[in-house]
Amino acid sequence: MNKSAITVSGLSKVYGDRPAISDAHFDVPVGSICGFVGPNGSGKTTTIRMLLGLITPTQGSAMVLGESIKHPEKYLPKVGAMIEGPAFYPALSGAENLRVLADLGGFPISRVPQLLEKVGLAERGKSKYKTYSLGMKQRLGIAAALLPNPELLILDEPTNGLDPSGIQEIRELLRELSKLGTTVFVSSHLLSELEMICDHLVMLRLGKVIFTGLTHELLAAQSPLIVATPEYEVDLTKLVKIVEDSGHSVQVKEGSLHINSAPEWSATLNRLAFDSGITLKSISPIMPTLEETFFEMTEDQK
Amino acid sequence: MRSVVLAEGRKLRRPTLLLSTLATVTALTGLFTSLVFLRINSGQNTRRGASISALQLSQATGLTYGFKLVGVFLGLVALCIFASQTAQEYTYGTLRNLLVRQPSRMKILFGKFISMALFAALMVSFAGVVSIALSYLLSGKAKVDTTKWGSSQALHLLGQTTLNLFIATICYGLLGMILGLFFRSPISAISIGVLWSLILENILGAVISSTMKWLPAANFSNIGEGGSVAASYQHSLFVSALYIFVGGSIAAALFKRRDVAN
Repeated sequence: MNKSAITVSGLSKVYGDRPAISDAHFDVPVGSICGFVGPNGSGKTTTIRMLLGLITPTQGSAMVLGESIKHPEKYLPKVGAMIEGPAFYPALSGAENLRVLADLGGFPISRVPQLLEKVGLAERGKSKYKTYSLGMKQRLGIAAALLPNPELLILDEPTNGLDPSGIQEIRELLRELSKLGTTVFVSSHLLSELEMICDHLVMLRLGKVIFTGLTHELLAAQSPLIVATPEYEVDLTKLVKIVEDSGHSVQVKEGSLHINSAPEWSATLNRLAFDSGITLKSISPIMPTLEETFFEMTEDQK
Repeated sequence: MRSVVLAEGRKLRRPTLLLSTLATVTALTGLFTSLVFLRINSGQNTRRGASISALQLSQATGLTYGFKLVGVFLGLVALCIFASQTAQEYTYGTLRNLLVRQPSRMKILFGKFISMALFAALMVSFAGVVSIALSYLLSGKAKVDTTKWGSSQALHLLGQTTLNLFIATICYGLLGMILGLFFRSPISAISIGVLWSLILENILGAVISSTMKWLPAANFSNIGEGGSVAASYQHSLFVSALYIFVGGSIAAALFKRRDVAN
């Protein structure tokens, strides 16, 4: 059995002389929630479009659910997708828009009310799409992506325009789908959201893949910090010397020491400070967030 | 293919489109059929100043006289609908949804066409019903004898006219669809199609009359009229088929190969 829902090998797309994505290689494991991260213009949507057979790659290949992207008809019936925001017919109701897509894909019409219920649009299903708020449009887009009861769900910025409770609902929905065995490939600029739900990450910058792998591995590879604040500011210099003598690099920021060290060293620091007659007002180990890691990595690539 | 026809049908039968189209068809058919009867013997009740009398209208051909006159306008309505239904997939960005659910681009294209052709058939049939009903209604006041309108010859002519108008309407519709695929914008496709069919062809024809025999919209309309002295029915069928085949092939090839990047 193929263990990857998506395998991308050397995929490139060039528009004129401008490469949108170059020589991309990555895998999305079956059953994972994989985040697709990168700044605007880094090639995320172009890659997604190639995976869905909407644009032809200039070079390279990719497999989706074990089938080549040259034959999208073989895998698309098992794929749900929302690309670059929701797009529907404004003069039709939300329910009728879903029925159009259900007819087209040969899915039972009975799924339409179920999905509207699932995304919280049951009350507004009969309203015209043009009367929907941005968040409602986004929910309808997610409902459309769920129409085929997909093995693979590809979502491009699914939380755009949603309020905090809407974002939380989508997060829960994606977790629930993942538990049921659906592979989720999701791009978002809300890195804190991705950090909460994604077990895998593919990171892009300027059309190149700069990281692919487990989220916790990426975060663990980044230097953790200990932030220590002495009770009296006059002790700052003395404390800096203690830290440096112990072989750690340190920066002073707004009356606190930012020490590059593993969290376990906190206890040692506390003891060393106490032995030198310094009382620490606070001491806290801080793990790097995905956002900090992302900025650090993309900065490194500049 | 059936799934595409069904999906497209949902869009076409939305009340705003269906009712407004039928209202437009009723208004145009009503206008042209009424004019034939209300201005009888005035010398101004048919195209280009030719006069028709009550005696002529009482022949078997009288039943479909008003119906035939509305042909070119039915064609223009079809051009607008086919063009907008095709081009709006680009402007709304819905083409990507369609292609994710049905990756065969040719199935999308042919399914759309079949669905719109059925819509055009409904439109032409509805115009026929309105025109015939009005003809019977107005015949009394215009002192037109309708005895021959029930003859087998009249019914045969009605079938023939309906078929010819349907073919002409489909030709106009296909022109709209081709323009929609080329321009990917309903406004551009419709304005260029209508401007060409109603104005530019007539200017060209007025300057060099022989060109009318070879221009697309003139030939589509000629099919609707069942042929004319200037160009035979067969000639118009051939020229129209040629235009549709060449334009359609280029548009279909573009649609099949073009990246969907919007």
